[in-house]
Amino acid sequence: MSLAAVKATGRMPDLSHVPLVDEVGVKERAARFQTRSIKKASKIEALHMVLSMIDLTTLEGQDTPGKVKQLCQKAIHLHDALPGLPHVAAICVYPTMVGVAKKALGNNDINVASVATAFPSGMAPRQIKLEETRIAVDDGADEIDMVISRGAFLQGEYGFVFDEIAAIKEACGDAHLKVILETGELGTLDRVRRASVLAMHAGADFIKTSTGKIQPAATLPVTLVMLQAIRDYFYETGRMVGMKPAGGISSSKLAIHYLVMLRETLGNAWMTPEWYRFGASSLANDVLMQLQKQATGVYQSADYFSKD
Amino acid sequence: MSSDPSKLAFHDGWQYAPAPESTDHVSIDEQYELFIGGEFSKPEEERYFDTINPATEERLSSVALAGSADVDRAVKAARKAYSGAWSKMKAAERGKYIFRIARILQERAREFSVLESLDGGKPIRESRDIDIPLAAAHFFYYAGWADKLEYAFPGRTPKSLGVAGQVIPWNFPLLMASWKIAPALACGNTVVLKPAETTPLTALRLAEVIREADLPPGVVNIITGAGETGAAIVNHDDVDKVAFTGSTDVGRIIQRSLAGTGKKYTLELGGKAANIIFADAAIDQAVEGIVNGIFFNQGHVCCAGSRLLVQESVAEEVIAKLKDRMETLIVGDPLDKNTDIGAINSAEQLDTIRSYLSIGREEGAEMYQSSCKVPETGYWCRPTIFTGVSQSHRIVQEEIFGPVLAIQTFRTLEEGLTKANNTPYGLSGGVWTDKGAKIFKMTQSIRAGVVWANTFNKFDPTSPFGGYKESGVGREGGLHGLDAYVTLES
Repeated sequence: MSLAAVKATGRMPDLSHVPLVDEVGVKERAARFQTRSIKKASKIEALHMVLSMIDLTTLEGQDTPGKVKQLCQKAIHLHDALPGLPHVAAICVYPTMVGVAKKALGNNDINVASVATAFPSGMAPRQIKLEETRIAVDDGADEIDMVISRGAFLQGEYGFVFDEIAAIKEACGDAHLKVILETGELGTLDRVRRASVLAMHAGADFIKTSTGKIQPAATLPVTLVMLQAIRDYFYETGRMVGMKPAGGISSSKLAIHYLVMLRETLGNAWMTPEWYRFGASSLANDVLMQLQKQATGVYQSADYFSKD
Repeated sequence: MSSDPSKLAFHDGWQYAPAPESTDHVSIDEQYELFIGGEFSKPEEERYFDTINPATEERLSSVALAGSADVDRAVKAARKAYSGAWSKMKAAERGKYIFRIARILQERAREFSVLESLDGGKPIRESRDIDIPLAAAHFFYYAGWADKLEYAFPGRTPKSLGVAGQVIPWNFPLLMASWKIAPALACGNTVVLKPAETTPLTALRLAEVIREADLPPGVVNIITGAGETGAAIVNHDDVDKVAFTGSTDVGRIIQRSLAGTGKKYTLELGGKAANIIFADAAIDQAVEGIVNGIFFNQGHVCCAGSRLLVQESVAEEVIAKLKDRMETLIVGDPLDKNTDIGAINSAEQLDTIRSYLSIGREEGAEMYQSSCKVPETGYWCRPTIFTGVSQSHRIVQEEIFGPVLAIQTFRTLEEGLTKANNTPYGLSGGVWTDKGAKIFKMTQSIRAGVVWANTFNKFDPTSPFGGYKESGVGREGGLHGLDAYVTLES
């Protein structure tokens, strides 16, 4: 899919003005979304939306071209037994697999996202990170999922982190930049909020919770704080930034509650794959099982759905 | 934040399908009688009144109208039960009965939730997640005190009072019944309770629970009626203690009539609480607190945060965020699990709220309402805020008891505090700031019975609740709640 070109403010934000976060209040609000009851037509619509927002992901040291091709096949043909399904938004792989994925996806309107910048730790010199980003883009990546330097951020080196994101953004060229905060390593929701603001001002097209390699990964409260940061940035600049919770979202029910939270925080404009993604590997099959159940009234064995 | 924030859109695209809670498991009788002496009996004059569903305006049932002869019967039954079994029973045994009521309430929670929402209009999410569980929790809590009263009052000997006459309001029907009945029984008293005339059904169902729990006949008597019935209970010579929750106007009448009678009393009356937001608060969570403070239970809450005081440097941001948040509130069918704001309790209350909306506009305040659609039949009020108001506006001074918020700004802490305390009421208050020292300063200086910090409308049976000034006399809940139902001998 083609993504809108967005211009960042390029200004280092004054982080002392970033709103404070009350953890108890955030958790309470997040829990409220889970009391929404989504049934019937609105459930089916939500499940379709979830599928269309998935970044189907494989990020293993043992990944092979065969595994990536298999995943691309799944991305295009989620479950042909059910007609009318959307395809996923993107395939998310390591840089070495970008070429393979690009070829396997062919002319299908599915993006290739590549992690970069010494994923998942980010512990590499900047020139390596920039070079890795350029290689991934040259190989055809439409989207780059970078990690921030958490060590520098936690030390208070906000300028360093800002500059790094801005430099990677430049190296991305036309590719869209997702900035992974790795919220599981940030420790507090106040830091999550500050890191979100920093990333958006530095040029993030999306902000993303986690690599999936650290626990906790995405949670509803963390995602809510990031959505509220996106909303405030939109209030301030009129510029939309996308959101990608990643890691730990494996059930349809939970994914639907993420959509409820999105709808009631940012509104309907964000409810497309252009502005919202799920980073997940096993979520798709659970959604497919739910859709099959909605269509036939019975749950089918997991063996009817391809495991990739 | 810019002065003209970009607007968010909440009403296109994906919508939630209706998710109504089933009513199949709740049967409502055609007619309800008075619960006196452990039996349901007809009122002497055989008069009845209708109770309706405020969301549909349909009649749910007919309910007995207790006259003074019926009140007398109820008090006699309560006195007989007090002098007979109840006051002689071992305290631990008394506790067992109260525990039993709590457990049955939990077992029948779904039925009670649906009935509460049908009769009173409150959203099922609230009756299911707040009213009914809290009602059971009150019975559990006070059941535990029954045989430990001497530890509640060290060095003193607590003695029961006798017959308690209790009159409760329509905003939290079952919860208020439990607030009243549970401590009364735990302390060894017997009870005559009258629910509000618009919401009698859960109290009458509670009468069934009390029968099921096998309480000795007459320990709890539940009689229905309107203001005259309540007055007859309050003024009955053989009532030792009066507990009333309701309007300040009625509270005044009660206090006047009780003067010199020697009856013990507690009054939980109106409120006009200030919810105070400082610039150093966690703003997004504070906005959520504003919503909980004023739109919870359609604003039919005596401790509602109906006055918002926001520090001027963040006022614009808070109001813009509040308006966006209000757009996401779902107003409609109380039985829909996704409903945030249900029906206004009665036509009469809706008239009151509407008259205040007119008064606010006539006084020059700026009114803003969310754009939600409301059903054609039934009683509804969109979430409403008023800006451009000051201390001399009636909508700032008077209790509206609806989803209507009056917003003012302040510059210094002292100004905020002066405005917060400049009210005849003093039931509750809220403070939002990230600074601990400021929380302590504010909570000590706000003259109100309950002050919440960085939260609002939180209730727990262990926590005392009650007012200063015209918000009432006495405390309910917690250890303090026992005091209202005993005399202390040294």
